[in-house]
Order: sequence, then C-alpha cells, then structure tokens
Amino acid sequence: MKSIGASAARNELESRHRDFFERGFMLALIFSLGIGIIALVTLILQVLVEGFPRLNSELLTNFPSGNPEIAGAQSAIMGTIWVIGVTAAFTIPVGIGAAIYLEEYADKERWWNRFIELNLQNLAAVPAIVYGILGLAFIVRGFLGLGQTVLAAGLTLGLLVLPIVIISSREAIKAVPDTIRQGAYALGATRWQTVRRQVLPASIPGIATGTILALSRAIGEAAPLILIGGLTFITFNPESVNSNFTVLPIQIFNWVSRPQDEFRVLAAAAIVVLLVILLAMNALAIFLRNKYQRKY
Amino acid sequence: MARKVEGTTMTEENQAQVTPMQQIEPQHHADKAPRESLVTVDDVTVKYSGSTAVEGVTFDIATNEITALIGASGCGKSTLLRCINRMNDLIPGAEVTGTINYKGVDLYGEKIDPVQVRKLIGMVFQKPNPFPKSIYDNVAFGPRVLGIKEDLDEIVEKSLRRASLWDEVKNRLNSSALGMSGGQQQRLCIARAIATSPDVILMDEPCSALDPISTGRIEDLMEELKTRYTIVIVTHNMQQAARVSDKTAFFTVNVNEDDKRFGQLVEFDDTEKIFTNPSDQRTEDYVTGKVG
Ligand SMILES: Nc1ncnc2c1ncn2[C@@H]1O[C@H](COP(=O)(O)OP(=O)(O)OP(=O)(O)O)[C@@H](O)[C@H]1O
Ligand SMILES: [Mg+2]
Repeated sequence: MKSIGASAARNELESRHRDFFERGFMLALIFSLGIGIIALVTLILQVLVEGFPRLNSELLTNFPSGNPEIAGAQSAIMGTIWVIGVTAAFTIPVGIGAAIYLEEYADKERWWNRFIELNLQNLAAVPAIVYGILGLAFIVRGFLGLGQTVLAAGLTLGLLVLPIVIISSREAIKAVPDTIRQGAYALGATRWQTVRRQVLPASIPGIATGTILALSRAIGEAAPLILIGGLTFITFNPESVNSNFTVLPIQIFNWVSRPQDEFRVLAAAAIVVLLVILLAMNALAIFLRNKYQRKY
Repeated sequence: MARKVEGTTMTEENQAQVTPMQQIEPQHHADKAPRESLVTVDDVTVKYSGSTAVEGVTFDIATNEITALIGASGCGKSTLLRCINRMNDLIPGAEVTGTINYKGVDLYGEKIDPVQVRKLIGMVFQKPNPFPKSIYDNVAFGPRVLGIKEDLDEIVEKSLRRASLWDEVKNRLNSSALGMSGGQQQRLCIARAIATSPDVILMDEPCSALDPISTGRIEDLMEELKTRYTIVIVTHNMQQAARVSDKTAFFTVNVNEDDKRFGQLVEFDDTEKIFTNPSDQRTEDYVTGKVG
C-alpha cells in the first residue's frame, strides 16, 4: 500500500460529485412522492369542500329519496357493511386455507400445484367487471341461483379478492423462517401442529394486513355489483343475507349521474364517508402490522 | 440390511474387526467394559436427489455417553445426525438406506411414525431457533404438543433448571424468548428439547454461534445432562470434542470415480484414543490440525 499525504487523504475522503448526485436523486424521489401525495390531498380536499354542506347526521340516518334535501345513504352504508361481512366470512377462511395448503402441504414439483400458482397471479389481474359477469351467470342466476341478494354480492366480491388474499397470506406464511418449523418438528410436532401453533400465529399480522387491504379494495368496487343487480334506490336496510341491497359506490354512482347539483353535493359527502371507512381499514392494517411486527 | 445387533454380539464382532489402518471400516476398541448401545447405525448411506452425501456409516451410540461427530465441512455430519431422528424426511429428495436401530427397533421400519421418533430423539440446532413466543411457551410447546395439560409449570421449571437457565429467567418467564442473549437462547432450546423427556439429544454445532463463556456453560451442561440423556454432538471444535465426548466418530470427504464428493466414516473410537493414538493417518492429521 502506498502512503498518501494528509491533503491527498482529505481529497480522497471528502466527497463532492457524490454529493451532487445524491442530492439530485433525492430531489427526484421527493418529486415523485409529491405527485402522488398532492393528487390524493387535492382529491380529498375537493370532495370535503364540495360535500361539506351535507356532511351531517342525516346523511347517515336517512334513506335515499327523490328529494335531495332529505336523501341519505343509510341503506347504502348498511348494505356495504353487510356485503363486506359476507365477503370477509367467505374469503378469509378459504383464502388462508388455500395459502396454507399451497405453502405448507402442496408438493411444488407437481404440475397441478404449479398450475394453480400461475393462475392465482392471473386471477388477481382479471378486471372486476369480469367477476361481475361470473357472479351474474353462476351466483345470481344459474348454478347457485341466489338472486340479487347480499349473499350473491358478498360471494362475487369474495371471488374478486380471493386471489389477493391468497397471495398476500402466502407471502406472510413464507416469511416465517424455516428454522421455526424445524424446531417444532424436532419436538415431535405433526405438520398440522406446526402450522397451527407456530406458522399461523407468526404469520397472522401479515395475513391480517393483506386481508384488510383486499377487503378495502372490495368496498370500493361498484362495477361488478351493478352488473349483478345492486339496486340504486333502496329505502330499507338489509335484514338478512337474502335481502336486496345497495352499497356506497353504487349510491355514489347514482347520485353523481343525477342532473341536480344537490345530488352532486350528496355524492361528495358519501365519498367522504367511503374514504373514511377505507382509511380506517388501512389504518387498522398498519396498526396490526406495527403492533405484531416480529423480529425473528 | 436389517442386521440386528445386540450389545454383546457387537463387542465380539468389534474385537475381531481390528483391521489395518488404510481400511475405511471403523475400528472399535473395547478396552473398557462397553456400555449398552442405545442406537446402532449400520451401513447408512444418504443421498440427496440421487447424489451420495455420506456412504456406509456404521457405529454405535452408547447410553449415557456423549458421542462426538467430527470432520471437515461437507462430510455429512449434519446429514447423518438428521437421520437419527428422521429430520431428513422433511428434506425433499433425501433418501436413507441402511439401518438405524433404537433399542433394537428399526427407526425406518414400515410402521414407525417419524413424529414419535422425534419425541424420543430430540434435536438442538446450530443457530438458536427459539419460537417467537414467551420463554414459558417455548419450553411448554413440546409437552403441549404431546397433549400434556397438567403440571406444565413443573415441567417448565424442571427443564429450565436442567438447562441451568432457571435462575436467569425465572422472573421473566412471560417475556419474549427473542429478547434473550444467544447463549441463553441456545440453553432455552436445550430446555425445550428436554421438556419432552427424550432419551437422546442430538446437537448440531450447538456452540458455533456462541462466545467462549456461553460455550463453556453449554459444555458443562452437557456433562450434567449425560447422566440422564444420551447425547450426540456435531462439532468443529477439536478441544470441545476432546473435552466433552466419550466416543468420537471422525468423518472425511472422499472423491469417487465420477469426481463426486461424498462423506465417509474413517474411524470411530473412544475419544481419548482418537485424540492421542488414532489408528488412521487421516484422523491423526485432522485432530493435530495438519489438514482442514
Ligand atoms: N438439504 C440438502 N439438500 C441437498 N444436499 C444437501 C442438503 N444438505 C446437505 N447436503 C449435501 O450433503 C453433503 C453433506 O452435508 P452436511 O451438511 O451433512 O455436511 P456437514 O458435515 O454437516 O458440514 P458442515 O460441517 O459444513 O456443517 C454436502 O455435500 C451437502 O452439499
Ligand atoms: Mg453441518
């Protein structure tokens, strides 16, 4: 090694070009982040300002009406809750079960397991409207023939988000280190005991986060539900899974397309309600992730 | 292949088997009265997806002794260790031939349930792998899996005491095991293995991730444990093998005609003999540090 003088050493050690690029790159990153945030904030502010006059308790307690002064979104809010409840009840057990099978039980050498994996990715990318058509053909009519009910809507949305639930649950299960499984097996645990007592508890935060995000996607969907016959003018809350229903996105869609300005205000107010529900769900997901974050 | 060997017949066989050094067959010297063998490994070969990892290993593991497996990296020590509690069943493509008997029962017999095998033959891994749960739940996991619901507190305390960890953790049994030091975690893993009351404890380089003081504690612990359990330990630390073990098996890597590398047992004998007067030149070179 050749020795260098103090000033040469200083030259080597002090950065100049590096600084320039580093700052430039940082600015570019902040700029791209900025675009996203500004767009979102503008959107939220706009609906807040526009919907403000109707952001009152009547929006939550009244039913739809031809008179914009007294119209409210109660049946849509309750419909959303019912439909998402059905979606969750269907998609959570099925999705987690499928993920466990694929990660812990399936022999990845077999072609059918690889085929399923490949198709999950494809299914997650299928447009929502296609699920609407599927739901109409096989759930509302045809095979299941459930009619235009909460149950049919919940199942359709369940199919829509199932691939997302499976994929995110698999990621969470995969993140559990193998040493934990080995430790359990070495103590004489069966495969099911290992999954049930070690792998699942360790991956629940990840699974919950993915599932909540998937459900919040389902809440925002209008297209497939319009297709399977979500009604726009319903003046009663669902009483069972066999009731007819409407949901917030459909109600919003309907109000936006009315000619009167008052309905536009109503729509903006309903969008705020929908956003609040979505943000609350995402906040719950983030909370769960941070609370249970594990360092293995 | 199922050559059933009782302790006594084995001794006679061994004495007749003192062979020239260059032969690969392990050489048993029965100068002391031999203890009863608990596990017999007979002509065991393991292949991963068709390629041989370790070939034709034969040796006996005696009750309440510590048997050390030493040898260069890749000679199949871990592979062999995993055969003894059938952890190799979990590796896709792993294939075990030969016989491993536990108290005369073929562990690879048709009706044998690997899960039951692992309850009797516990394992401690190279890297401490506590479950992301409380200290208590870590130790209680094994008994719970066995369906034990009563006296769990007692079992946990006893196991932690035997792993000489109790005094350090008795006031924080409900805090996460992940907050412990590496050495404590490894002793917790030993406590966890003890909690299912196994007969044999397999340890794969249990101290390689630990500092000298923690290592010393675990070595002392092994001394104590061997009164109750039979221990097989893989180690790269010659001093450790010499200090703690009663018997030593030395493995080496061979290369066959097709240029494939595979492990073989060179010599199996009393530790003292292996380290002071080995029969095989390769053993001598290895234990005196002339090669890897
Ligand atoms: N899960 C596995 N799949 C395929 N090959 C494996 C597997 N585990 C080990 N092997 C191979 O088997 C041979 C023996 O490996 P093993 O881990 O048993 O050696 P080792 O003696 O324990 O080495 P080390 O001292 O480095 O731990 C090696 O050639 C290794 O590549
Ligand atoms: Mg190893």
